[in-house]
This record gives sequence, C-alpha cells and structure tokens, in this order.
Amino acid sequence: MAEDAMRMEKFPFGIASVGVGEIERRIPADEPPPLPVNSALRVIGKPVPRQDARAKVTGAMRFTVDVKLPNMLDARILRSPLPHARVQAIDPAAAARHPGVRAVLVIAPPDAILRYVGAPVAAVAATTPTAADAALRLIRVDYAPLPFVVDPDAARRPDAPLVYQAGEQPSLSIAEIPVTTGLAVAGNVRGPETQGSRGDIAPGFTQAEIVVEGDYRTQTQTHCCMEPHAIVADWRTDGLTVWMSTQATAGVRKELADSFGLKLSQVRVKVAAMGGGFGSKSSLGTYGRYAVMLSRQAHAPVRLVFDRAEEQLDSGNRPATWQHLRIGARRDGTLTAISLVEYGSAGVGVGAGVGNFAQGLYTCPNFAAAQHDVFINAGRGSAMRGPGNTPGAFAMEQAIDELADKLGIDPLVLRERIDPNPVRREERRLGAQRIGWDRRHKPGADAGPVKRGLGVAQSLWGANVQSNAACEVRLLRDGSVEVLSSVQDLGTGIGTILAQVVAEELGLRPEDITLRIGDTDFPAGPPSHGSRTTASITPPARTAAWKVKQMLFRQVAPVLGVAPDQLVARDGRIAVREDAARSMSLRDAAAGLRTEQLSATEARSDDYGGFRRRIGDANAAENDIGGVQFAAVSVDTETGAIRVERVVAVQDCGRPMNPKLIESQVQGGVLMGIGYALLEARVIDQNTGHVMNANLEQYKLAGPHETPPIEVVLLENYQGESATDAYGIAEPSNIATAPAIANAVFNALGVRLRALPMTPAAVLAALNPVPQRS
Amino acid sequence: MPDPNQAVSVSRRSFLGGAGVAAGSAVLLRDAHSAVAADADAPAIAGPGAVSLSLTVNGVARAVNVEPRTTLAEVLRGALDLTGTKIGCDRGACSACTVWLDGAPVAACMLLAVDVGTRAVTTIEGLAQGDTLHPVQAAFIEHDAMQCGYCTPGLVMSCAALLQRNPQPTPADVQAAISGHLCRCGSYPHVLEAMQAASQPRKA
Repeated sequence: MAEDAMRMEKFPFGIASVGVGEIERRIPADEPPPLPVNSALRVIGKPVPRQDARAKVTGAMRFTVDVKLPNMLDARILRSPLPHARVQAIDPAAAARHPGVRAVLVIAPPDAILRYVGAPVAAVAATTPTAADAALRLIRVDYAPLPFVVDPDAARRPDAPLVYQAGEQPSLSIAEIPVTTGLAVAGNVRGPETQGSRGDIAPGFTQAEIVVEGDYRTQTQTHCCMEPHAIVADWRTDGLTVWMSTQATAGVRKELADSFGLKLSQVRVKVAAMGGGFGSKSSLGTYGRYAVMLSRQAHAPVRLVFDRAEEQLDSGNRPATWQHLRIGARRDGTLTAISLVEYGSAGVGVGAGVGNFAQGLYTCPNFAAAQHDVFINAGRGSAMRGPGNTPGAFAMEQAIDELADKLGIDPLVLRERIDPNPVRREERRLGAQRIGWDRRHKPGADAGPVKRGLGVAQSLWGANVQSNAACEVRLLRDGSVEVLSSVQDLGTGIGTILAQVVAEELGLRPEDITLRIGDTDFPAGPPSHGSRTTASITPPARTAAWKVKQMLFRQVAPVLGVAPDQLVARDGRIAVREDAARSMSLRDAAAGLRTEQLSATEARSDDYGGFRRRIGDANAAENDIGGVQFAAVSVDTETGAIRVERVVAVQDCGRPMNPKLIESQVQGGVLMGIGYALLEARVIDQNTGHVMNANLEQYKLAGPHETPPIEVVLLENYQGESATDAYGIAEPSNIATAPAIANAVFNALGVRLRALPMTPAAVLAALNPVPQRS
Repeated sequence: MPDPNQAVSVSRRSFLGGAGVAAGSAVLLRDAHSAVAADADAPAIAGPGAVSLSLTVNGVARAVNVEPRTTLAEVLRGALDLTGTKIGCDRGACSACTVWLDGAPVAACMLLAVDVGTRAVTTIEGLAQGDTLHPVQAAFIEHDAMQCGYCTPGLVMSCAALLQRNPQPTPADVQAAISGHLCRCGSYPHVLEAMQAASQPRKA
C-alpha cells in the first residue's frame, strides 16, 4: 500500500454532556474504522479491574527492588557531606580490601567539584549491603570546602558565591522539559528565557483600566516515590541486561547503548512493576551508569537501591519559583497585557521555568515573559507531575481570582469572558453545579473563628503524543492473545487499558489478553512522561489488533461461506454480521490457522486530520487537555490550620478508557496537590547547606487525615484524532489543586496567601501582619 | 467471596491471642527479649556474628542465620524471599513494611529479627487462604484501592488487622488505622471505599 494512501472517515465529535456530532477526517488508508462512542462499546470505557491487582494485593508483584539474581552484589554510593567542595584527594584502597567488596568506583577524582550535599563521590559493590556500607566508610576523601549558597534570593546577589565558575557549564540535559540553549549566564542566574512573548505589553498596560500585580513563591517539592530509585545491572560479554524502576524502558536502552558503546541489540531493559515515578524516573541518571560500571568491573550483577535520604537529596525535585505577575484588564475583564518575571531554582540544574501556563491559558494579545534559572548548591531539579505549569498555575490562577475580586465579577464569569476553550467551559458548568458554587459567599462572611470558602482554578496541559511508539498483537493457535510492547506501567494501569483495547477489537474479555510489557525485547513503546502514554500506545495497539482480526477473517471467511468484510468478532466468536447463527468460536478459528500465530506490529500514526501534535508546542491553548477544580476549605483563624473539606475535579482526557483507573489517578493528582498546597517543602539549612528533612517523617505528605472527599467528574470528549482518541490524565489532575485551595482560602478569609506551602504559621502571619519597623 | 463469618471467628482468635502485646512496640520489644532469652537460653549479648533463629512465618517454622542487627523486614525480603513486604523508608515512617506479630500490625523495619522470639509473623503472602483472598484483598481489587501497588501490601495488612478487631469500622476508624501509611499515588479515597465494602453490615 502506498504510504500516502488516505481515505475519509466520519468520527464522533464533541463533548458527550453537550452533544456529540460528527466530523470527517482524512486518515491513512490502513487505519481501523472509527471507534464509536463509549456507550456503544463493550470493554473500552468500562471500569475494568486492574490486571495486576491480584498480584499487588497478595504481595506477588515483583518490583525492581525485589529482583534477585545469582551472585548479585549490592551497591552503595558515598555522597558529599559538603554543599560545595573540591576533592583534594581520594583513596579507596582500604574499601577495596574490605571483605566482600568486589568493585569500587571513584566518581569524583581529585580536583572534581562537588556542588551539593548528597552529590556522588564514590561507589562500592559488595556481597551484602552492610559490607558495601562498611566499605564506604573506609574511603578516605580530603575535601577542600568552598563558599556555597542554598537560598535562591541570596544566590541572585552580585556578591553571592558562584555555583559554577565562569566557563563551567551546567548540564543542560533534563528529561521531558525542553531546555533552551545559549542563554546568557551572569553570576548564578541563567536567562532570561523570553519564549512565548507576543504583542507589546507597554501599550497593553496603557489600555488597561485595572492592573493586578503580585509576587508568588512556590517551594521545592520532592517526588517521594514509594519505591526508591533502583536498578539491577548485569553486564556480560554478550550484552547488558538491566532491570530498572523507570518511566522509559526504550529511552534508558538508548542511553545505555550510547554511554557504553553498545548496539541497541546488545542492551535489554526490563521493568516489571514500577513503584511510582512522577517524573523522577524518566532517564538512566548518573546512578544507572554507576551500577553498570560496577557490574562490568565485578563481572557480576549489581543491584543499586537508593535509601530514603538519597531519594530526597539526589533523585530530582520540583524547582522552587519566585514569580512576579502583572496583569492589565479592561473593566469588563478583557485582558490587555500579562507580564511574567520568574526566577526559579532547580539546584545545580536548569529547567526551573513555569511553562506556558500564563502565556497560554487566557486570551490576551500582549504577553511578555522573562524566566530565569538560579543556581544554588542543592540537588538537581527534574520533571515533576505537571512541571512548570503547576507552580505557574499557583500564581496565574490566583492573579485571575484577584482580578475578578477587584472587578467585582464572579471568578467563573470572568473566566467565561477570557477563556474560549469549550472543554473548560463545560467543566466549569459541571463543577459549579457539583460543588454548589451558588452558595459561595463573600470573604469572611462566617461568624466565629472558623471561616469557610470556595475556590476554583483551571489547568492547561498539552495533549502530548509520542509518534515513535509501537505495539505488537499476536493471536496464537490455541486462541490466546498476547499484546507486546516495551511500554511500562507506572501504576497508571496502561497494561489494563491495552488489554481493553485489544479485547474490544477481537471480541474478547480483557482477562483473555496476556500482557507482555515493560521489556525492550518487545516493540519500543513510548516513555511515560508528559502524560503521553495512553495517547501514544493505545492507537497502535488497536490498529495491530484490528489487522490481526483482518488476517483471521480472511482465513475464516471461506469456512463460514461469506466475504471477510461480512464477519464480526464478538463474545469470543467470529460471526456473520447479518446472520449471527453462522459463527464459530475464536478458539476454533485459531485452531484452523495455517501458521502457529497471526501477528501485527504497528506504530502510532500521526494524529488524524492532517496535523501532528508535538511535545512542547508553544501555544497549546487550542489543543490542550483542560481541567477545572473546585475546592471547599475551612480555615481556623485561631490556629491557622487550613482544612480541605472537599474537592471536585472536572477533567478532560479525550475518550476515557477506564473510568475507575482514571478516578484513581485524578484523586492521586489532587492529593499531591493538597500536599503541595499545605504541607510539603524541602528545607535546607542556610549555615550548613544540609537538607534538614531528607526523610518521610519531617517532609510531610498528605495522608489519610488530610484526604477530603475528592469527586471526579470526567468529560467524554471526542475529537476523532486517533484510532482510540484517548489522552493521558496524570499531570493535568495535579495542576489546578493548589490555586483552587488558595482561592478558597481567600474566599474564606479575605486575605490572599501567595506563598507555598500555606502553613498555619503563614495563615496567622497573613491575618496578623507584624508592622514593619520604619 | 469467603464466608464473612469465618473472618470474624479468625479475627476473634487472633485478637485474643495478640491482646497482650497490642499496646505498643516498646512493650513488644521487651517481651521479645525475654522470650528469646527463655527459649534459647541465649547469652545476654548476641553477635556481632550471625546467630541462628527460628521464626514462625505464615504458620511455618523457618530457620535463619542472621546478624543481630538485621531487621525483620530484611530477613523476610532476603533470606525468606517474601518480597511482598516492602521497604519504603526503613525507619518506621511510611508503614510499607507492615506485617502482623501475633495478629497485631507492626513495622517490620523497626523490629530486629532476634527480637521476634516465638511470636507468629504473618506477611502479605500469608493473608489469603489458599486461592481465597481475604475480604480486604478482594475489596481492594474491586475498588481499585491501589495504583503502583508498592504500599499496598502494608495497607492491606493494617486494614485486615482493623477488621479482625473491629468488623464494622467507621471511615474515621479506617483513617486512624491507616494513618501511618504513606501512599504517594493517593489511593486513600479508594481504600476507604474498599473498607466500607469489606466491613460487615451492622446488625439492626
């Protein structure tokens, strides 16, 4: 078939609760026919139980930390006790002689600069973790301390100690977040990044009849995956096998091949179960390389598992930000100009911007951004659930709330005027109804010390797709079916969703489908970051299943005495469409195959409709995944405690594939947002440069007592953009929570909290500001 | 679905059996010391080399040879290959490693294996009766009370222990019982749903 062969098809189009019509799209001729709406399907869109749920509740599920190989060694990493130091001398000889030690790796040789507490210095592999720990203590390192700075504000001062000397380059590699190269560096500040600026803000502010302006601060948040970062590396003369807790099996395979001069075919990466990633496990990381080097040196498999302190110090984090937002508007709410000046800190790394949120969410002709990275002597930042847009939303959605308040316009009404997105319009309507927005009162209206409030905030996230994503479907002679891809299941349930897609196409039950995923021996799947997994891998899975079905129909058609296009697969049978009595079981049909199996491997096609989505499209407002969240809070004005009493999360993800799994994930996104809003913060001591809460008892996560009822309202939004028309949900669900809570707090108190986390102390300070001494 | 009444009788026995040690881990440790000393006539100081222990795990006596500093979590995951017990923080802050000691939930990372003594250890692998899942396990599946599943075994053990001592917990009871469990995926709402379903209906 010619590559450019196309055909026209009519797809369901529109939001189910508004009304679904049709749209005609030009699609590649070898794509399957359009999928009808969920109510016309048997498996897709249904709350199918998680395929691996039984293994998870019985303890049978094996994670990377559970992998055991014969002769496997355990590795540990020696880490810098100083925030900034030069290594004068390092002597690993005594460690190498320690009983049980099989390999020693010097990571920071003499003259190496260590730039944060927890930076890797050396690594040891030994027969037991305790022997490895003991050996680390025998490594003699002579550190020459250097001046350091850990506070982003202090780091911006001209006399601040330099994290990088002139000529030293920070690593610009950061998974998922596109990083602009070639930006100026002055002192510890890199930037400004002005991408996305448009129009001219000066006349924009002149036209403004009202201006709101404010400083917003967000803290450093850490991922806190319950399964630590972990890798088991087995270097052999005939190739390298790696088990890794990773969000990107195929990407890690490429990194390993590049790092160690191997062919892709010599590298195999596997992940069975994955204990959370949230952006922090997107790449091989330096630690992955150390494990491989130790394995190569020791001629034995090496397991490296971070402890909780290492997780907090050196596995990535959501960068802290300081944002100055200035918004000009007309009296009717029309925006005339937005100015964003941002300084963020990803520690020794880059990528601390706040994304395209302020730039893309609302209609405004004039926008100017100046975003900066501020280097400090702290662990490198990384992508974390809605990177950029999550801190960006905290500022922008409060500024819009403030604008509404100043104009005397209801915050939802203002958004009707300035947000043209039809998805969020419907989400605002549904959410307002559910939360009871009409009961919202004026700030501080409650009698007594406990004040209640309602708040709303919106989210924007790209409808991301990885077209380099492939999947194989096999029908075996006994009628069993396998789906194969290297795609990894982080706990989102993508495996279950693939089984649903294949089962729907072949007329089977999802439990009939055997999943073979998380292994680069299978066709390369997408990485799981940017909320792109579902959008990337479900279309090729469906296309592959459909092609297998066509092959089967061609073989079965003569037996049933009809043309192949007269056949349907349903309820485990192949039947004649117009005459259900003429049928045979899929098992019997498979038994008559000429070959042992039918197989099809398909890659993700470009999006239907002649356009292709790309990661990082600057202006995503037209094609984004919309979400709106409503929060109800109570604030005790005597203790300062904020209690989130209820959250309504209205979310779009295109066609919902499995409402139960989506509900789980949205609730998780909201809960992480509650932690971000109220509890979480990495705290660094300014005098020593040490993280004071590199653990899970003083780094506070939202737990059962902080969990309010979280009501998830899902949109069914058909756009006819792929063979499944489905998108991801992980990141969008996290973005609007903190600003929705902050706006609810304002509604409760009449006082705005512009810094995260909103602790009781911050609430009391906002209510009773200490007069400044003149 | 197993007979819910059976779960009650099991729970009552386990509860009574464990009543004396349910007060807190400090008490558990003291009891364990005396139990070890009495049973094995061991010297006052064990180690630093490996010592031989017999642990009763999921109803089976298991002989292990471990250094005294080894935690129960490490023995379960290492020598006994019961990897369903997970280590999340290794210092009692996340409860991923929750197992039962004579029916009462404890953090296995905070208990030295030599201090277990004669008390019966139940891990997630020992909760189901053959192929029949514990009602809490079945409810977790039905209500999708998990995402990545790493903290799930610990949550299941605490929830199952709660049902043994209180077959009709309120949502507040469940919140209290799982308050030490950290789940970064945020599965708590569905855990609460599952526990509502797994609870026996109150008799009129």
